[in-house]
Amino acid sequence: MKKQEDQPTGESKAVDAVLDSELESADGAEEIVLRVAQEVGFSEEELHRLGMAVRETVVNAVVHGNRYSAHKKVRLQVFKAPDHVAVTVADEGNGFDLASLPDPLAEENLLQQSGRGLLLIRAFVDEFQMRRLSPCGTEVKLVKYRNRRSGQSEGSSKEE
Amino acid sequence: MSIQVATRQVGDVTVIDVAGRITLGEGASSLRETIRGLVNEGQKKILLNLGEVSYIDSSGIGELVSAFTTVTNQGGKLKLLGLTKRVKDLLQITKLYTVFEVFDDEAEAVRSFA
Repeated sequence: MKKQEDQPTGESKAVDAVLDSELESADGAEEIVLRVAQEVGFSEEELHRLGMAVRETVVNAVVHGNRYSAHKKVRLQVFKAPDHVAVTVADEGNGFDLASLPDPLAEENLLQQSGRGLLLIRAFVDEFQMRRLSPCGTEVKLVKYRNRRSGQSEGSSKEE
Repeated sequence: MSIQVATRQVGDVTVIDVAGRITLGEGASSLRETIRGLVNEGQKKILLNLGEVSYIDSSGIGELVSAFTTVTNQGGKLKLLGLTKRVKDLLQITKLYTVFEVFDDEAEAVRSFA
């Protein structure tokens, strides 16, 4: 972990960590991010929502991205600003097409056992971005603001 | 706190009291085993008490759905009791609030199976 210079957005990097591709990394990542968010002054409910979004994102990176490979890592970066926290989670997997994922809210998918992770992530943060990394991997960026109610209709969501 | 699952009988309804976290891994699998065990015993009226569940993730939601379909496919009924605000929010976001029968009062929930 190391602290770096301020970013153009007014964010400063609070954490840069490399995590193993195992489920326990989700617990660790949630804990790390919540510590930073507490410093920024997030409410208990905001902490819960951000924590769950981070947890789901890291689980996706471990399970669907790196497929539990011991040779692949998940990079977690946390940036803080006076009014928000930004989190990036990068895996070393083969990537996927967001548009190809089934809609978990479609009537025919309501009783599927899985496929709701991204829905919850987007519902619980204010901004969601995803981009392919070179030569491989996917990076997801989450941004959550203090004192702003997250919701799909209010947040921005884009794939780069 | 990891998950704790206990079952008790109220008339012909089996109440499953769940406490702790229902998340990917141990939490979800423990609940799954309990439900499958009850279904294998022929239990068809199951009330899942989530009043003491502090945290549930998308895998936990998936387990609730799996429990619902497992019981329903065997001709039984699975209903939910005592949802916290956070769990209610999750069910609303995922549109599952319309799938499950949800109760705040245990006696009323038990009567509904009659």
